[in-house]
Amino acid sequence: MSNNEIAILGVGMHPWGKWGKNFVEYGVAAARSALQDAGVPWRDVRFVSGGGTVRCGYPGYVAGATFAQALGWQGAEVNTSYAACASGSQALAAARAKILSGACDVALVVGADTTPKGFLKPADGERPDDPDWVRFRLGITNPTYFALYARRRMEVYGDTPADFAAVKVKNAAHGFTNPNARYKKKFSAEDVAASAMVADPLRLMDICATSDGGAAMIVSSLDYARKIGKGDAPRIAAISTVTPTFASELVEMPDIATDSAVAAEARPFRAALPAKAYEEAGIGPEDISLAEVYDLSTALELDWIEDLQLCARGEAAALTRADETSVGGRIPINASGGLACFGEAVPAQALAQVCELTWQLRGQAGERQVAGAKVGITANQGLFGHGSSVIVKA
Amino acid sequence: MNAPIIEGLFSVDAAEPALLGSRCSACGTYYFPKQSNYCRNPDCDSERFDEVPLSRSGTLWSFTNACYQPPAPYVAEEPFEPYAIAAVKLEREQMIVLGQVVKGVGVDDLAAGMTMRLVLEDVPGVDGERVTWKWQPVEGA
Ligand SMILES: [Zn+2]
Repeated sequence: MSNNEIAILGVGMHPWGKWGKNFVEYGVAAARSALQDAGVPWRDVRFVSGGGTVRCGYPGYVAGATFAQALGWQGAEVNTSYAACASGSQALAAARAKILSGACDVALVVGADTTPKGFLKPADGERPDDPDWVRFRLGITNPTYFALYARRRMEVYGDTPADFAAVKVKNAAHGFTNPNARYKKKFSAEDVAASAMVADPLRLMDICATSDGGAAMIVSSLDYARKIGKGDAPRIAAISTVTPTFASELVEMPDIATDSAVAAEARPFRAALPAKAYEEAGIGPEDISLAEVYDLSTALELDWIEDLQLCARGEAAALTRADETSVGGRIPINASGGLACFGEAVPAQALAQVCELTWQLRGQAGERQVAGAKVGITANQGLFGHGSSVIVKA
Repeated sequence: MNAPIIEGLFSVDAAEPALLGSRCSACGTYYFPKQSNYCRNPDCDSERFDEVPLSRSGTLWSFTNACYQPPAPYVAEEPFEPYAIAAVKLEREQMIVLGQVVKGVGVDDLAAGMTMRLVLEDVPGVDGERVTWKWQPVEGA
């Protein structure tokens, strides 16, 4: 499978937070940091691939070109990918395709965002043809979906709110020393239990915040990496961005009903994302050293652990209780601190996960370092059947 | 009876309210909200649908509540009262449908597997009262 691989020469981020700057500043800071980390001159980058930003008006829709202009036009080819929470992975997939086809040697992949305060919500106006508008009119916000999945775990596996809180406590401890995290504070189970109920059984501290942030990476062909003396750089071994398969088993944001499973079997979506990545990389869950997963809610992290096949169905809470998903445990999850410590910056988040794996596989993650990390996997999912899973090998 | 919160999603019939779905005339797949253009089953290319009322009861798949007031286009009661939300699995249609739970029933009153039935309840609209569907636990089921 090695003929499908590309090298990660450099990674960079702008710290997450509410900084009040334009999204371009976050992306450029992350890109400059990645270029410096790679030791690659900006003029050598022949493809700029941006994750689309949508809440910032016109420039956001052309993120790739916006970043290319800010860094200084130098005639590179350009691309923008919009895929909700998988935008960064799709931008990375576009760069990989260019490199593997031989159309370019080295590419910049970048995503950045600013987010409004409070609930994410649909555009104004009376728009009953838009499923996102319909569900908000009915009083069904994003935390509703996270809570329905959380409650389902309680009903089927006997998970408790304390199991969910344990995820927050662990991720907060992981992110405590991460310089790019927005929240650097340790929390106790009591702190989580004392926070306001948002969507029963999920409390404020079970649900991730929104943030500003940026992430970027420089990727190249293996030949180029060897040529500049970076033949041992971490490699992308798989990028999965598959859609769900009809009939989708769970009621997915923003729909108010599932597909009917009368004519086709109901199938899970989340598990399909890593399954394709494992197949593409030619490895299995037993090869994974650590995972960065989309903890939009604490309970959702437990779903992901099982969807990634890192334990059997229903056993993720026990795995977490036994500290096996902490740094130092059998399979550390969200060593970066995850969304619990970063918050969501949609077009940057899937790339931020890959940045963390890169630092971990290079042994540069400081106090949150996973000892002997060899292979990492990411997973995320967003609106309208978008999701992704990326595998990085040392 | 007040006008529906969103036109075309359900029948405003106090005695026998029902969500208005559609059914592919070739493969039998149900849709809610209605689908009338193309079947989403990848093995079916039908463009013919029958409008059908969906089952008026099902089993509770999962549930939660909304403790914070959602943003527009939601129109909240003043003052805001938290409400429960149900995900109900319809046996015949093999699908899960979301909706609010009737007033006065909270998450402590609910458990997965309960039988839920569809009822109508008034809710505020931007210019006066509207009516919507809600799920209600069936006593003794
Ligand atoms: Zn059909």
